[in-house]
Amino acid sequence: MWLGLVVVLPLTALVLRPWEVGLSGIWSTLTEDRVLAALRLSFGVSLLAALTNIPLGLMTAWTLTRYEFPGRRVIDALVDLPFALPTAVAGIALTAIYGPTGVLGEPLAKLGIKAAYNPIGIYIALLFIGLPFVVRTVQPVLQDLDREVEEAAQTLGATNLQRFRLVVLPAVLPALVSGFSLAFARAVGEYGSVIFIAGNMPLKSEIAPLLIVIKLEQYDYAGAATVGLAMLLISFGALLAVNGLQLVLARRGRA
Amino acid sequence: MNFRQADDISAPTPTALEIKGISKAFGRFPALKQVSLQAKDKEFLALLGPSGSGKTTLLRVLAGLETPDAGEVRFAGEDFLALPVRRRKVGMVFQHYALFRHMTVAQNIAFGLTVRKRAEKPGKAEIADRVAHLLQLVQLEGLDKRYPSQLSGGQRQRVALARALAIEPRMLLLDEPFGALDAQVRRELRRWLRELHDRAGVTTVFVTHDQEEALDLADRVAILKDGELIQLGTPNEVYEHPATPFVFDFLGQACRLPGVVDGGRLRIAGWEGEAPAGAPQGPVEVFFRPDEVAFAPPGGTGLATQVRGVAQRGPDVRIDCHVEGAPMELQAHGPSLPPGVGPGLSVRITPLRPQVYAAA
Repeated sequence: MWLGLVVVLPLTALVLRPWEVGLSGIWSTLTEDRVLAALRLSFGVSLLAALTNIPLGLMTAWTLTRYEFPGRRVIDALVDLPFALPTAVAGIALTAIYGPTGVLGEPLAKLGIKAAYNPIGIYIALLFIGLPFVVRTVQPVLQDLDREVEEAAQTLGATNLQRFRLVVLPAVLPALVSGFSLAFARAVGEYGSVIFIAGNMPLKSEIAPLLIVIKLEQYDYAGAATVGLAMLLISFGALLAVNGLQLVLARRGRA
Repeated sequence: MNFRQADDISAPTPTALEIKGISKAFGRFPALKQVSLQAKDKEFLALLGPSGSGKTTLLRVLAGLETPDAGEVRFAGEDFLALPVRRRKVGMVFQHYALFRHMTVAQNIAFGLTVRKRAEKPGKAEIADRVAHLLQLVQLEGLDKRYPSQLSGGQRQRVALARALAIEPRMLLLDEPFGALDAQVRRELRRWLRELHDRAGVTTVFVTHDQEEALDLADRVAILKDGELIQLGTPNEVYEHPATPFVFDFLGQACRLPGVVDGGRLRIAGWEGEAPAGAPQGPVEVFFRPDEVAFAPPGGTGLATQVRGVAQRGPDVRIDCHVEGAPMELQAHGPSLPPGVGPGLSVRITPLRPQVYAAA
């Protein structure tokens, strides 16, 4: 019932709105170069960032669960920062750091890498906001992992790499996939932290959520809803695929 | 599998495992203090002790999962501590099985073979062959495609054992392997494990806190307490001649009374008998098993005993009594009570095989 009110009602509005301009209207909006570029950018960079967050998040979670070092609790708390920070604050902070005069941006610029006001900037922002999703889904699984199982693998002659690949990875894989899909979903919808660092150049570094806002400001409600609907369908398809993968993974070993 | 030929009986069995002065502390807590012992080739050695005695730590040192602070471990003359875990070729079996949950039984057993370097890895057909053979050995034929979660505890532990045996281990290390199983399954597996050991002919070190299991199963038993080796001997030796009151107490039920040894005589309260050979002089603690006593009528010789209650449990009789004023529980076997024993009656008892330790 609640799910119906909270989720389905707005979605219905989103699905119905574009039809005001008819099928041809929808088609012409979707085939606009600017819309296509924005969708491609949003989903492409989100996918890339979420994929990068898999090893990054796994390493962070691994370090936090396996090693005892001074400041571990502080770092553990810091992981949640992207959750808690207003996204606009995150965006401004990231721009300050990675901008052409920023702490990291300046040396990077000297190396010939421009880390803000282009898709690389978007990628950095999406990495930042996606990381805690992977860390927080993987961490409890790593914590619960039976050390004896790894020790058994060692006594049977497995190298460290084999132990990780054959024993640890299969155990955390379902959690990694969930973490990935959460990070991806968040990245696709991310707005605040991205628009400051993105540069927002149409066709180059303009993300789809921003385009929706632009269309709204131009009173093109149907156009905004069309882009929204496209995002909805692609996201839904992606999450469906991830859930399917999850199901396959869960069936293995627990049948 | 490694079915070796039975050795010529006259040939001395070489020492396989040599542990010298192993010490290990976890922070301030000393888990092992200068432990030294040897195991002969193909011997079945039990490490017995209460929890916290260091027995599991010692086993983990042998496996390489724990690094000792001091001491030496040699296997067949080779410096074992210099080898990393994966090169020691020891088959380790854990109390909670430690199976790979996402792998089938067959994949679990084959694990040690499939992780080998390409040059040493047996072919697919050979691996399948060996898995089939091991499944037969642990009596789990037909379960090769199951996952661990689909097996009972006893079956899981047998898979773990097959997995450990698959690498043709130089030594088998078992960490309370039956600890998580119920009594019935435990007893069955115990006999089966001993047979398996005799057939495979692998030096085996077995950790347990169950004295019955250790005495029943092992060729020799090493008894540990607070990180120290207290006694090492055959089950018979340690049971018949416990080195300390702790060992006596740990290996079975114990009755204790204060006494005095003077010359060759042992005196307990008003009773006097021959002191056991080698007994310390002066005040002593006398230990005896509750079922190793002789009963006599009140006018006879022995320790004055008031019987307070009698309980018959199957073939055993438990006699709740006061011996020379000290509350005690004695045992007798057989369908009828010893003559003269009944609630409220007085008898005299004589310990048949007292052990005498210097009073602390």
